[in-house]
Amino acid sequence: MGQEILIVVEHQGGEIADVTFELLGKGRELASKTGGTLTAVLFGSGMQAAAASLGAADKVVYVDHERLADFNPEACSAALVAVVGAREPWLTLVPNTSMGMDLAAALSARRDLPLVAYAIELALDGGNVIATSQLYGGKIYTESVLETGVVSVLGGSFPDAAGRVEGTPEVETFDAPDDVATGCLRFTGLIEPEGGDVDITQTEVLVAVGRGIQSEDNLAMMEDLAAKLGGAVCSSRPIVDNKWLPKTRQVGKSGLKVKPRIYLTFGISGAPEHIEGMKNAELIIAVNTDETAPIFEHADYGTTEDLFDIVPALTGMLE
Amino acid sequence: MNIVVPIKLVPDLVEELEINDEATDLERDFLTYRINEFDDHAIEEALQLKEAHGGSVAVVALEREETDKVLYTALAKGADKAVKITGLDEDASSHTAAKAMCKVLGDMEYDVVLTGVQAADDRDGQLGVLMASYLSIPHVSVVSDIAIAGDKLTLHKEYSGGVMASFEVTPKVLLGVQAARQTPRYAPVSRVRQIMKEAELDEVEVEAEPGAGSIVRRMYTPEKGEGAEMLDGSTEEIAGKIAALLNEKKG
Ligand SMILES: Cc1cc2nc3c(=O)[nH]c(=O)nc-3n(C[C@H](O)[C@H](O)[C@H](O)COP(=O)(O)OP(=O)(O)OC[C@H]3O[C@@H](n4cnc5c(N)ncnc54)[C@H](O)[C@@H]3O)c2cc1C
Repeated sequence: MGQEILIVVEHQGGEIADVTFELLGKGRELASKTGGTLTAVLFGSGMQAAAASLGAADKVVYVDHERLADFNPEACSAALVAVVGAREPWLTLVPNTSMGMDLAAALSARRDLPLVAYAIELALDGGNVIATSQLYGGKIYTESVLETGVVSVLGGSFPDAAGRVEGTPEVETFDAPDDVATGCLRFTGLIEPEGGDVDITQTEVLVAVGRGIQSEDNLAMMEDLAAKLGGAVCSSRPIVDNKWLPKTRQVGKSGLKVKPRIYLTFGISGAPEHIEGMKNAELIIAVNTDETAPIFEHADYGTTEDLFDIVPALTGMLE
Repeated sequence: MNIVVPIKLVPDLVEELEINDEATDLERDFLTYRINEFDDHAIEEALQLKEAHGGSVAVVALEREETDKVLYTALAKGADKAVKITGLDEDASSHTAAKAMCKVLGDMEYDVVLTGVQAADDRDGQLGVLMASYLSIPHVSVVSDIAIAGDKLTLHKEYSGGVMASFEVTPKVLLGVQAARQTPRYAPVSRVRQIMKEAELDEVEVEAEPGAGSIVRRMYTPEKGEGAEMLDGSTEEIAGKIAALLNEKKG
């Protein structure tokens, strides 16, 4: 049967997350090279029907429990630790998402398995897996060698198309271990974001500001620039954490994913969590005084001029 | 509640990061370390909880050249205790760091562990979740909006698109803090200097335990030139080029 690759399925509100299909696609590719099998592990309550969209896997292992209905780090970790303990897969792939962060390191610690986090690429070398991680805010990459273990993969690293295969693979139910039922962490509800003033996912031109703008007062000149371009201002996370802009303007992992025609950044370093939200913009132009800022790897055009020089000059030139 | 905040010192990303000759790690000799920004938020949140509900805050860090300064700064901000762990190498993995931190926590009384959700260098996973797993206590990552209600904590876990889940928990628990309720406070240098004279750091030596279980075969910086075409000229000329690109794209 060969080596097993296990993919942890992420879902919310009954919908399977894109990153799951990205992992399934990559997992399929690796399994076909090693001659191994690909297994999707699904946690939920009455979620069995979701297996119908996991056709890329050879098998679905399904764990059903009411404490697994909505993601609960305590219950889900317990279930994953049990499944991995029983199956001893060669490789377990977990998305490096908010949910996956609570699973990957827990599995590693509790099963004493090596873990490589923040992976953006996976390859084979002999019998080993080579996982490329993006570290130090995207400034440094590492290739780690794993004989076996756990890899947490950043969303958007692989195309999802290859993982979207209809058809229900064989479903094997796995009894929830006792410690899924016990515990002191209780999920109490989902909170949807409040409607925004502007819907940045529907805006064609975005002027994105980051910590480089230094103070809230400097937002006004960015608003002027955005107005001239017929667009809107959006931002990296620290600007929202400072409460200079509402959460509905945040682009990235914990913010919104945007795909505008034009994405113009000022004083944004390009941390992986920001890139996740904007890398599919059609034209990206970055202004950042640090020539080694990772944003320049993702932009089409860039300049290391000071934003406080460029913005007034540019605004003055536009109609 | 008694809160412990394990923190990581990480290389300052504003400075250029150089890679060693073997291309397996950073050239650490001349690195400047600073507190991981999410840990700074964890300290702030811990202090906020203490100020509103009482209890204590202890901050724990591994030894680096800058650790004393970072820990004294935490004391100056209002932490009650600061512990410096010695005996580990500068390149200690998250697994090794987590095991060392857990040993130290074994001798401390705590209800809640708050730490930054992630750090720039955790190639082998986030310190907090590893620690919680070794301590056999529940954990939640990407947390904000922590509140104390009686003997329980409530909190939010952030997903994408601004969606959040709310949780309720009876300590003990470890929370990976994404953002404090307000920008981390600043400790004036004069106050830090004063604390350095008055207070003392606790020092604990630990024996390093095995690490990540994987090796780095290559470390590199992503290739320059792969990405953006850099615009050149004077400020005016560059602004002009950007304007032209925008006008062309807008059509
Ligand atoms: C779970 C999780 C989720 C996250 N989700 C998101 C998310 O959704 N969105 C997001 O953005 N981040 C997110 N982050 C945070 C992310 O890791 C970074 O901390 C953040 O993106 C950094 O924002 P920044 O680029 O504005 O700031 P910094 O990284 O501090 O960069 C500021 C940049 O400004 C440049 N600069 C300074 N002055 C000037 C000047 N005068 N002119 C030009 N340039 C200048 C500097 O060179 C620097 O590169 C998340 C983190 C975690 C852990």
